[in-house]
Amino acid sequence: MPAAESYPEDLRYNQEHDWARIDGDEATLGITWFAQDSLGDLVHFEPPEDGAEIAKGSSYGEVESVKAVSDLISPLSGTVLEVNAKVVSEPETVNEDPYGEGWLVRIKLADDSGADDLLDAAAYKAFVAEQ
Amino acid sequence: MQTLLRTPLYERHVALGARMVPFAGWEMPVQYEGVIPEHRAVRADCGVFDVSHMGRFEFEGPRVPAALQRLLSNDIDKVEDGGAQYTLLTNESGGIIDDLIVYRVEGGRFFLIVNASNREADFEWIESRGGAGTDLRDKTEEFALLAVQGPRALERLGLNDAAPFTFEMGEVAGIEVMVNRTGYTGEQGVELMVMADDAVALWDAVVERGATPCGLGARDTLRLEVCYPLHGNDIGPDTDAISAGLGWVCALDTEFTGVEELRRIKEDGPARKLVAFVMKDPGIPRQGMAIEEGGEVTSGSHSPMLDRGIGMGYVDAEHAEPGTTLTIDVRGKPRHAELVKKPIYNKEA
Repeated sequence: MPAAESYPEDLRYNQEHDWARIDGDEATLGITWFAQDSLGDLVHFEPPEDGAEIAKGSSYGEVESVKAVSDLISPLSGTVLEVNAKVVSEPETVNEDPYGEGWLVRIKLADDSGADDLLDAAAYKAFVAEQ
Repeated sequence: MQTLLRTPLYERHVALGARMVPFAGWEMPVQYEGVIPEHRAVRADCGVFDVSHMGRFEFEGPRVPAALQRLLSNDIDKVEDGGAQYTLLTNESGGIIDDLIVYRVEGGRFFLIVNASNREADFEWIESRGGAGTDLRDKTEEFALLAVQGPRALERLGLNDAAPFTFEMGEVAGIEVMVNRTGYTGEQGVELMVMADDAVALWDAVVERGATPCGLGARDTLRLEVCYPLHGNDIGPDTDAISAGLGWVCALDTEFTGVEELRRIKEDGPARKLVAFVMKDPGIPRQGMAIEEGGEVTSGSHSPMLDRGIGMGYVDAEHAEPGTTLTIDVRGKPRHAELVKKPIYNKEA
């Protein structure tokens, strides 16, 4: 079942529709409800390698639906600690639960991770309303 | 700025929550609930597609059969009244201007159903070469066309089985329709041509009887699984029928535009062949990706039935045997695929 539209308060967002859940010096990344709804049923997740350095504002992987490919634009800089294997084998998990089971990667934050200018839920919701 | 055409079913699509996209000058539904559930509905039960954007020509006159024999690759003399035929409109170099279905009505009257994106080019080509004793009329907007496809399509419509590539006048829910035993999904089913004014009532009746509304997204994945070529992707004015594996719709013993070139390619053997493949590695092939074995992907997507990437593309003839491993450049990453015999998806298998 597709998830209902929501933008949790405890997350931070970028304008490319990626979210980050920051927890100390680590963060979990994923794509927002809006992103998965725009793409439709996901059929492939092309993940980064474990240990890869990812940079805020750059692509760290791809997700694909039947019709479209979308770059994942990292909201933060850091090093990949873990890729969500469940999403690799069952990409539709992202449609079902984009902020929970459908997370994509867990990273160790860089010293200058770039968290300061991310949007909070209210600002991201306002941004989505304009799309 | 271009104004998009809308089919008589536009309001129905919007009311059903379809995602509407521009396609060949029309505003068409790409999906309702989602490509994958729509695709599966057609394979398991029955789906309905609005394909009213496809071009419909009426071609009439005493010299029409001779004109069609000259213009189209297949042998029109093999089609009887009430019969239909898949055929190609070819250019002087044997290239494919369009692929289409010709329906022989009676008394020298024919219907041609052509790709929406080629409607104007086809009309111009045929009209300028039809000659005296032929009268070509574009009837596209007088009619609507619904494809009802799937193993339960006939049962849900209350229609009897009939031979593929035939048609007859009939009724569905009291609405007069031309029932064409044709389709683009690899499933049993029909394409119903109906007066534009009756289109909404017919659509409602078909949906009421349990057909799942399906968009162009599912239409594309369904046809790709069974390796039906898409004009503009897999075939076009610069590709010939023999290399595309469409020699079976070319009557090389008849005289049609470009036949000499096709006879020569057949004789020499094509340098490249349109092949089908299934990904062995993760990743989804897409149109335009390079194939290391000498060609490129012309259609690629995710197969809902196989749950992996599939595609078609041209490769050097020497690499065209089933079982060959192909290497596809998926956005910079080399990914392996296995070349398979067409169709990719086979219901009986």
